[in-house]
Amino acid sequence: MNETAAHEFSIDALRSGDRAEFARLVDAYSAPIYRLGLKMLGNPQDAEDILQNTFLNALTHLADFEGRSSVATWLYRIASNEALMLIRRKKNVVNLDDFQPEDAEETPLPEVFVDWSAMPEDELLSGESKKALDLAVQKLPESLRMVFLLRDIEGISIRDTAEILNLTETNVKTRLLRARMFLREQLSAYYSERLAREEKTNDRSLS
Amino acid sequence: MTDHYHDNCQALLGSLSEYIDGELPADLCQEIEKHLEGCSNCRVVLNTTKRTIDLVQIPEEEEAIPEDVRERLFLRLNLDDYLHPEK
Repeated sequence: MNETAAHEFSIDALRSGDRAEFARLVDAYSAPIYRLGLKMLGNPQDAEDILQNTFLNALTHLADFEGRSSVATWLYRIASNEALMLIRRKKNVVNLDDFQPEDAEETPLPEVFVDWSAMPEDELLSGESKKALDLAVQKLPESLRMVFLLRDIEGISIRDTAEILNLTETNVKTRLLRARMFLREQLSAYYSERLAREEKTNDRSLS
Repeated sequence: MTDHYHDNCQALLGSLSEYIDGELPADLCQEIEKHLEGCSNCRVVLNTTKRTIDLVQIPEEEEAIPEDVRERLFLRLNLDDYLHPEK
């Protein structure tokens, strides 16, 4: 899942200002970071700002990078901070706590129990369905969306996700469960409506 | 339908993510599977959650960043002489 997992970089070369090595780092991580920005902010301009600021920031702070976490974790941490800061700026939110979900609250119970999981893949992924899926991801609260994108889209482990976002592993697990349940609920509402529509059409063509 | 949701279902829901990711110990998995056998709602929730994760993980058509975005990034970082590494 994580296409960049196999990359190895020389921390010493990076820290001593080896530009070729830094260019290699940029090429290895620009796609996932751009994708993260795109899914967090929902538009290419903001995604590009996050991408540029992440690497500018990385360049400035390379000397402080101690190599305690992997380069990937370090870059994702800068990128996720950039994304969350941009969201806050856009929403004009001053209080950072406004973005912390109530981890202590119970996860909402499922409400839709239609089993659409056996629908054929081409129907599940038709243009219209793809839009519904993207919309559902966009509707996720930011703090849940970030965890979900890192874990389920980028394939980063629970432990590394916790390190990137400065959360406990328990918090990451809770948010991941909530994000998945939220998406399941949204998709279930969408697909059950579609199934009902198709049944109606089939009934009509039979009569 | 929500009246069906009793304690066992809630417990399963709490471990659902970890169950799907294969991170639970065998005895807990057995307990969950026993519950699933007798609870169709939980089976639906499990199946549709698994499918939801599958669907979001299907890669999008465009995996690389647009070439113009890459160019502007390299310029911004003063790395424009590395834009074409093969040369």
